[in-house]
Amino acid sequence: MALREEFLHMGRHVVLIEDEPNIIEAIRFLLTREGWTVEAHSDGQDAIAVIKAAKPDLVILDLMLPGKSGMEIIKDLREQEKMTQLPVLMLTARGQARDREMAEKAGVSRFMTKPFSNTEVLAAVRDLHAQANQA
Amino acid sequence: MASLNVLVAVCLVYVALLFIVAFAADRKASRGHRSAWLRSPLIYTLSLSIYCTAWTFYGAVGYAARSGLEFITIYLGPTLVMIGWWWGLRKLVRIGRSQRVTSIADLISARYGKSNTLAICVTILAVIGVTPYIALQLQSITLSFATFAEADPARQLYETTTVFWVAAGLAVFAILFGTRNLNANERHHGVVTAVALEAVVKLVALLAVGIFVVWGLSDGIGETMARVDASQIGQWQMQGDRWATITFLSAAAFVCLPRMFQVMVVENEDERHLRVAAWAFPLYLLLMSLFVVPIAAIGLELLPVGANPDLFVLTIPLSQGRDGLAMLSFLGGFSSATSMVIVAAMALSTMVSNHIVMPIWLRMQGHGASVSGDVRNVVLLARRVSIAVIMALGYFYYRLAGQDAALASIGLISFAGIAQILPALVGGLFWRGATRTGALAGLSLGFLIWLYTMLLPALGGGLLPDAVLTDGLFGFSWLRPQALFGIEGLDPIVHAVMWSMALNAAAFCTVSLATFPNPLERLQGAQFVNVFDHSAGPRGWTGLVAQSEDLMVMSQRILGAGEAQDFFQSEAIRQGSHGGLPEPTPAFLERLERELSGSVGAAAAHAMVGQIAGGSSVSVEDLLAVADETAQMLEYSGQLEVQSKELSRTAKKLRETNEKLTQISQQKDAFLSQVSHELRTPMTSIRAFSEILRDTEGGSEEDTVRHASIIHDEALRLTRLLNDLLDLSVLESGQVSLNMTVGSLGEVLDHAVSTALAGSDKPLNVIRHPSTEVVRISSDLDRLSQVFINLIANAQKYCDAENPEISIVASTRYGRLRIDFLDNGSGIPRASQQLIFEKFSRVSPEKAGGAGLGLAICREIMLRLGGDVRYLSGHPGGAFRVSLPLAPDLVT
Repeated sequence: MALREEFLHMGRHVVLIEDEPNIIEAIRFLLTREGWTVEAHSDGQDAIAVIKAAKPDLVILDLMLPGKSGMEIIKDLREQEKMTQLPVLMLTARGQARDREMAEKAGVSRFMTKPFSNTEVLAAVRDLHAQANQA
Repeated sequence: MASLNVLVAVCLVYVALLFIVAFAADRKASRGHRSAWLRSPLIYTLSLSIYCTAWTFYGAVGYAARSGLEFITIYLGPTLVMIGWWWGLRKLVRIGRSQRVTSIADLISARYGKSNTLAICVTILAVIGVTPYIALQLQSITLSFATFAEADPARQLYETTTVFWVAAGLAVFAILFGTRNLNANERHHGVVTAVALEAVVKLVALLAVGIFVVWGLSDGIGETMARVDASQIGQWQMQGDRWATITFLSAAAFVCLPRMFQVMVVENEDERHLRVAAWAFPLYLLLMSLFVVPIAAIGLELLPVGANPDLFVLTIPLSQGRDGLAMLSFLGGFSSATSMVIVAAMALSTMVSNHIVMPIWLRMQGHGASVSGDVRNVVLLARRVSIAVIMALGYFYYRLAGQDAALASIGLISFAGIAQILPALVGGLFWRGATRTGALAGLSLGFLIWLYTMLLPALGGGLLPDAVLTDGLFGFSWLRPQALFGIEGLDPIVHAVMWSMALNAAAFCTVSLATFPNPLERLQGAQFVNVFDHSAGPRGWTGLVAQSEDLMVMSQRILGAGEAQDFFQSEAIRQGSHGGLPEPTPAFLERLERELSGSVGAAAAHAMVGQIAGGSSVSVEDLLAVADETAQMLEYSGQLEVQSKELSRTAKKLRETNEKLTQISQQKDAFLSQVSHELRTPMTSIRAFSEILRDTEGGSEEDTVRHASIIHDEALRLTRLLNDLLDLSVLESGQVSLNMTVGSLGEVLDHAVSTALAGSDKPLNVIRHPSTEVVRISSDLDRLSQVFINLIANAQKYCDAENPEISIVASTRYGRLRIDFLDNGSGIPRASQQLIFEKFSRVSPEKAGGAGLGLAICREIMLRLGGDVRYLSGHPGGAFRVSLPLAPDLVT
């Protein structure tokens, strides 16, 4: 039981690409409490490299980022080998229907608008993680 | 009995005499001192007598012998015209002189807008119409020669040979007389004098024969009258329709015949001569007709049955052995024929060469040929050839139809053809509404009907099949040439004249009413119809200044007052006279014409300037009427142009507005999206942490405080953002109320620096230059301070130097106050320097505390204050320059 717990725990590494320090802090607080390790990065330009290096179990991605938009990042990410199945949760302050469509087309696993409900975000993270492990 | 040789010799001597007379008259005319009687109305009146041709000389007697007093109609027509319509003739003469008309074709063409098509039509009509008439002269001379030849057994004459030589002789004669030289105004003093001499000869000859008949062969007037009553002439019955028709025809022909036009209008040198001719010429005609009936009656009585009555004038003296009288009579007939042929050939050749040959030749030459000598030779050659061709036509007509026809009937055919010009001529003189198209329509229709109902039937000889004569054209009986539209029983002449003239006039009027004259036609129409109103001698242009004034008035109407004044002023200066009008020098007139032609076209401009500058043929009123019309048209087209310009401007504006609206709508969407994003971001933090606070039980005190302070900061950020948005919206809508006060720049800066530095803990060294700050400014000082605070705070936020510092330097230049804010950081990349003033733009977002509205607000404030704020790209660090007008300009 302890082994299994630890195994599960080891698979909880999240990379957070977000440029608002207070939002980073909020998500970090929430996910750390759930047993995740949170690695935050605030620039879009080298986001792909950071993700590739971190080999995370989950990516939380902002849409409007300096350097490179979240939309471009997800597109590029899905073209990478081994990254096609990586769960990606997109959080954005731009919540128009068109953005959601585009994001889902580009390959995000889940799309949520800011301001979000903490319980919903945690539920989405759990959900995505479970799906990834079942597969 | 005079031999034929003597006869030919007498003819040659007579011709030589005529030639000498003509030559002498020409010489005197060219030297300018002609004797008084040569310039008297007598010569003019006598020259009109070319109306009396061999037809009247020989033919009248024949006519009387056949049809009794009907021959009088031939004299009655011209008499009525001269007495009853002399004012109409005066108008013709006036127009002819003022327009420098060279022929009747030229006159018609000039009246209807100088249309050469019309001139060609009239020329062709005249040539065809006159051809039978020339044939008639050939016939009479040939007959008279033959009469003498019969009496001279030594000579056997062949008619065809005689007529050929007569034609050739007359051609040479006409060429020698008519085309010796070229005259600008087509006046031939020599010819006119010779014609006058011939008029005397034929009158004397006819009177001599008449006197011989009445007092030599009969015993005075009483017995002669009794013998007339006894002859078949006594049984003569008047036919009203024929009388009316032939009187009308001879009247029309008197006015329209090219040769009559030549002597009456072209050769006229003084309008007043017409007044004398008005009674003198009818008198001449009376004398000419006086003995016609007695000669005819006595001839019918004395000479054997079957003798040609057309030759009684000759055969009566011959039969009585009066060779001298016969010779005189022959010379009279010869005079009648030659004078007619010379003048007719001259007039026709002028028309043919001016309106047919020369246009073709000029076109073939292209535009380059203008060597005057060259042209002169061509014109002379063209006229000579034309004369030869016209004589040849007469010869062939004679061969075709003339041999067996009576002189009078040939003459009437000719008259009826020529009369077709009458509607266009008279209409042109008295009706301004007559148009070129109308004249063309009338002429052509009348000509065709005349051809069909009169000339072709007269020619016979297979030209018109008998079937057509009896059954009508294409078998339509209503198209029978001598019973058009089924109207039968009329005399052929009456029938032809009635139909051709009626349809001619009807077509002329209808088409004129239906068509619209062009400007030149209207101008010419006005000049023709109103020729008396403004061409009188004493009412000419008085002096050059008056002329310049008239030119000015006209130009103003065409060019517009301002432009015309500018033009005249510049011309006056060019001529060296300051103030006042320019002299109408040729160079000035040429430039004016060019200027005007831009508005009314070259022809109209030329006509207008020419009329004012060149003389007196048109009134200022007429010109102004035309100019007014032009101005109205110009104005109207100008209005249309303005309207269409306005429309396209409005359309463009609408398009632009539409684009702008679309753009604004897109900007609004983008702005809303931006605003939404900017609001959602702090709200996200607030919501997340407030939920954490709510849901977390037993969290550390430290965390709780931290989360609460984040919520607080983000709430403040939201408030700032909303404030900025409201501020910007007020500034952008222009509804901001400025609180203009006066203060010193130093004080405003003091306040701004302290406020800015108090807002943040980041260190920033502010370097001031107090000496530059001693400036009084009048502005909304709070707003200005807001701008300064924003700039200083930006430096504080973004300056990346190790020891950040900002230097504030004020200066004045070009009446403007400039305050530069220069920091020692790395500055803003060139690509972003324009962008930073846009809403929500942030160069480095992670450092930004605001929403990116600060500089946009600064820009709006400075705009309201009459100044501006911009980035100084030349500076190594961050550098902003605020500029605003100095106090005096602002105090309003």
